[in-house]
Amino acid sequence: MWSVVASLAPVVGASIWFFGPSALLVLIASCAGAICTERGIAGTRALRDGSGTITGLLLGLTLPPGIPLWMAFLGGAFGMAFGKLVFGGLGQNVFNPALLGRAFLQAAFPVALTTWPASASSWWSLRGDNFALPLMSPQVPDALTGATPLGLFKFEGQGTDLGSLLVGSTGGSLGETCGLIILLGGAYLALRGHLNWRIPASIFASVALLAGLLHLIDAEQYPGPVFMLFSGGLMLGAVYMATDMVTSPVSGLGCWVFGAGIGALVVIIRIWGGLPEGVMYSILLMNALVPFINRVTQPRVFGTNLGSSAS
Amino acid sequence: MRETTRQEDLLRGIWRENPVLIQLLGLCPALAVTNSVENALAMGLATFFVLCGSSLLVSTLKKLIPHEVRISTYILIIATFVTVADMTLEAVVPEIHKALGAFIALIVVNCMILGRQEAFASKRPVGRALLDAVGTGVGFIIALLLMGSLRELLGNGSLLGISLFGPSYEPWVVMILPPGGFFALGALILALGWIQQRRAPRSQPQEWPEGVADREAA
Repeated sequence: MWSVVASLAPVVGASIWFFGPSALLVLIASCAGAICTERGIAGTRALRDGSGTITGLLLGLTLPPGIPLWMAFLGGAFGMAFGKLVFGGLGQNVFNPALLGRAFLQAAFPVALTTWPASASSWWSLRGDNFALPLMSPQVPDALTGATPLGLFKFEGQGTDLGSLLVGSTGGSLGETCGLIILLGGAYLALRGHLNWRIPASIFASVALLAGLLHLIDAEQYPGPVFMLFSGGLMLGAVYMATDMVTSPVSGLGCWVFGAGIGALVVIIRIWGGLPEGVMYSILLMNALVPFINRVTQPRVFGTNLGSSAS
Repeated sequence: MRETTRQEDLLRGIWRENPVLIQLLGLCPALAVTNSVENALAMGLATFFVLCGSSLLVSTLKKLIPHEVRISTYILIIATFVTVADMTLEAVVPEIHKALGAFIALIVVNCMILGRQEAFASKRPVGRALLDAVGTGVGFIIALLLMGSLRELLGNGSLLGISLFGPSYEPWVVMILPPGGFFALGALILALGWIQQRRAPRSQPQEWPEGVADREAA
């Protein structure tokens, strides 16, 4: 598990590079929420394998940089307690704990979770009211809020050029800006055998295919496949969250089905849904289907059910 | 079946066999209308009235009710009291009546009420049935109040409409919405189970039936 943390280090570094001290603070708060909750509830039974740190880091990377720290802490605590520990701890959870924490925050504090900072005056300045008192709402002047590429496209019909999408110099959550670094981390993990490459591959393929088809039909209304791939949280979600070993299918075929489902849902939510971004809900929905996918794609046990010769 | 004392009949429904938190009965109103303390209290009181009235009547009429149609008779009796409660609420507190909406009429099919009629009131004397109804009804009110205060406190920063945290409180919107009901119920049941688990070692060791006595050792 620590090698996943290590592969996240460049992503964390990039988020600090782009969002300054706010990014570091938010990540520390969400990790503290996840780890303290795990130690507090499970006590000595909590594993020291870094899974709590991964949950905290992944949650922090899906949050906007200007979020109050108490919300990040709460999200980590909720994701750990209700996403993982109530099911019985590591290996038993149905949903990705980090995404569950984020889904809870999104439902509880919809405004704070969709307030994106405009470009800051200097690297050192905070990107929002990070130090709002616990339970109190953040005070953000309207002039300081910006938009994400997906929000711009959905609500204002503006595109964003590919270069800034690749490098990540756009508005957005901490970890949803720099696609290239996330892909590198994913490649490292795939080579080490820590993630199943079929899942991100099938997500990318299905998103590219669907978005490409729609783009061919009407280029004005539907964004191109490259924009869809590199905007929003798709990279982070596909590489680090959908591939969580506990909440993804067991068999190779199952992984292809799982990834294709996520990709299709992402395109559907982004284009026809009310929200600009749908990676989180897509992954959570497909997580719920994993037991079913596992059952349908169960490989034949060697030596049984040999078709016609058996009957 | 072991005979229960009067005290037991009254008290068990309040906490040890709490209809919502332990028996998981009557969850529909517990989840649907507890988004504020006010609504929870109104629903709890209405259900309390219906439960007591119908237990009294069912227990009184138990000899006259033919066994084959007993459930429909119970429903008829319960529906009578629900109609009374519905009209009273509409006359006295029209705002709350509007907020509770269809859930007042749905008290008719609250499984907690029907369960008490079938399991208790139709077999016991009138006094016992009334004691049981009062205990169960109070337990239901307590559970609804717990849910309502938790949800209103987090989701609105207030209790009974009185703001507790000042104007800059950030409300947890989700706690007022339907998912918040499930979160609150789950958290309460979790907390209750945790408390009982912590108490367990101090109480007397349970006697297992024959054959499972050495389950712990095995």
